[in-house]
Amino acid sequence: MRHVLAADPTLTDFSQLIWWMVLLKVAIVFVFLLLTTIFMIWFERRVIGRMQNRPGPNRAGPLGLLQPVADALKLPLKEDIIPTGVDKLVFVAAPIIAAAPSFVAFSIIPWGPTVSVFHHRTPLQVADLPVAVLLVLAMSSIGVYGIVLAGWASRGPYSLLGALRSTAQVISYEIAMGLSFVAVFLYAGSLSTTAIVAAQQHFWYAWLLPVSFLVYLVTMVGETNRVPFDLPEGEGEIVAGHMTEYSSMKFAMFYLAEYINMTTVAGLATTLFLGGWRAPWPVSLWAGANSGWWPVLWFLIKVFILLFGYVWLRGTLPRVRYDQLMALGWKILIPLSIVWILLIATVRAWRNETHSGVVYGTAGFVLVLIVILAWAWDSGAQRHAARLAGGYQEGAAEPAVADGGDAAQSFPVPPLDLPHYHGIGVRGGAEPGSGAITGSGASKEVTGA
Amino acid sequence: MRLYVPILVLAVLAAGFAIFSVTFGALAGPKRWNKAKLESYECGIEPTPAPLGGGKVPIKYYLTAMLFIVFDIEIVFLYPWAVTFNKLGAFALVEMVAFVVAVLIAYAYVWRRGGLDWD
Repeated sequence: MRHVLAADPTLTDFSQLIWWMVLLKVAIVFVFLLLTTIFMIWFERRVIGRMQNRPGPNRAGPLGLLQPVADALKLPLKEDIIPTGVDKLVFVAAPIIAAAPSFVAFSIIPWGPTVSVFHHRTPLQVADLPVAVLLVLAMSSIGVYGIVLAGWASRGPYSLLGALRSTAQVISYEIAMGLSFVAVFLYAGSLSTTAIVAAQQHFWYAWLLPVSFLVYLVTMVGETNRVPFDLPEGEGEIVAGHMTEYSSMKFAMFYLAEYINMTTVAGLATTLFLGGWRAPWPVSLWAGANSGWWPVLWFLIKVFILLFGYVWLRGTLPRVRYDQLMALGWKILIPLSIVWILLIATVRAWRNETHSGVVYGTAGFVLVLIVILAWAWDSGAQRHAARLAGGYQEGAAEPAVADGGDAAQSFPVPPLDLPHYHGIGVRGGAEPGSGAITGSGASKEVTGA
Repeated sequence: MRLYVPILVLAVLAAGFAIFSVTFGALAGPKRWNKAKLESYECGIEPTPAPLGGGKVPIKYYLTAMLFIVFDIEIVFLYPWAVTFNKLGAFALVEMVAFVVAVLIAYAYVWRRGGLDWD
C-alpha cells in the first residue's frame, strides 16, 4: 500500500483515518443520496407536469414538496406480497443487492477540495482509490445482479423478460461507458477522481474530449434504464419488467437504486468531464471560487443540471425499440469510442515525441485505419438498409414464408419488419398484396388517411 | 487497505439500511390472503405454468453476455495503458494500436456473422 501512496501523492490525504470524520462523511453522503432521491421524485413529477401543461403534485405541503415524503410513508404500510412459487430467498435478497451497491459507488465522487472541519484538514470526499473509477463500474455491475435475480426469482414471464432485457442493455452500455473513460484517463494519467479533477484545472475534459463526453452522456442514460432507454420497465409491453411482482418496500428499494444510480452517474459526469467541483467559467474569474466550501455549490449545480437533463429527456422522448437500442450501443457508440481513443492516443503521442519516426508511422497507419473503418461502417449500414428495404416488400407479400424459413430451429416469432411499422403499409390488412405497393403516395391512398 | 475502510463503512450502512427497510416493510404492512393476488401477474389471466428451474432463456442473451465479457476485458486492458501512456511513449502507442486492430478484427467478424443483430 505504501508504494501506491508514494506513487500517487494525491491519495495521502485519504490514508489518514479519523474515525469520527469517516463516520461523519459516510453519514452525510448517505443522507444526501436519500434526500436527493426524495427531491428528485418531487422534482421529476413537477417538471414533467409542467411540460405536459398540468400542475403535477401540489396538495401535500407547499408546492407539493411533501408528496414524496407521503409516498415514502405509504410504501411500508402497503402489503408486502410474495407471490406463490417464487424463490423466496432470492426474491427477498434481490432488492437489497440492487440498492446497497448504488450507495457505495457514490463514495469516490469528490465534492470539493481539502477543507478544514473542526481544525482537521480533510478532503471533501468519502474515499479515493488508485482505481476509483473502476469502483463505479464494479458497483454498477453488482447492481445488475439485483435485476437479474429479481426477474429470475419472480417466476413471471414479464419479470424474466424485463430482467433479461435490462441485463443485456446495461452490460452493452457499460462497454461504451468504459471506453468513454479511457480518453480521460489518458489525459489525466490516473484513475483517482481527485487527480482527474486536479488535471482539469485549465480545461474541462468536456471541451477537450467532446466525443467521449457525448458517448458518456448517452451511456449514462442507458446504464440507468431511463427514458428513452427504459425498455426494461416498458409499461406498454412488459408491465414493469423485473419489478412486476414486487410491492411495498421491496419495490421502493428498486426505485431508490434507480434514483441513486442517476445521481452517481451524474456526479461521475461532473467529475470526469465537467471539472468536478471547479467553478464554471465566469465565476472562476473570482479568485475565491475554488477554495473553502464554495466548490460544493458548483458541484451540486452541475449534478442537478444533469439530473434535470434526465427529467427533460423523460418529458420529451418516446421509448426506442429494443434492436435500435442495442444497435446504438454496439454498432455506433463502441466503434466511435474505439476510433476516438486511437485518434486521441496518436495526437497525444505526437505531442509528447514530435520527431519520432515510429509515431509518424503509427499516426499514418491510424489515419488509414480510420478511413477503412469509416468506409466499412458506411457500406455495412447501406447493406443493412438495402436488406431492410428488400425485407419490407418480401414480408408484405408473404409474411409467413419470409420469416418462417428456419422456423424449425428458432423460436416462433411473428414477422418483425412489417411495412406498417414504418408507416408504409395497410391498416387492418384489407387485401393481400396491397402492401406491396411501395410508393408511399399509393399506400396512403389505400389507407385512406 | 486503509483507503477502502470508508467505502466498507458506507457499504455496511447501505446494506443495513436496505435490509432494515425490506424487513420493516414486510412487518408493517397488512396481510390479507387472497389466492388471485398471490399469483404472478399476467394481466388477469391464469398465469403460465412456471417451468422448473426458470425455464428456457433465448440463446441471444447468452451471446450478448459472451460479447460483453470479451469487450469488457479489452477495456480493462486499456485502462492501465491509458494511465501510463505518457511514461511509455511511442512504444505504448504501437502496442495498443496492434491490440485494438486485433480486437477490431474480432468485432468485425462478430458483426458480419450476425452476432450484433437483434430483432
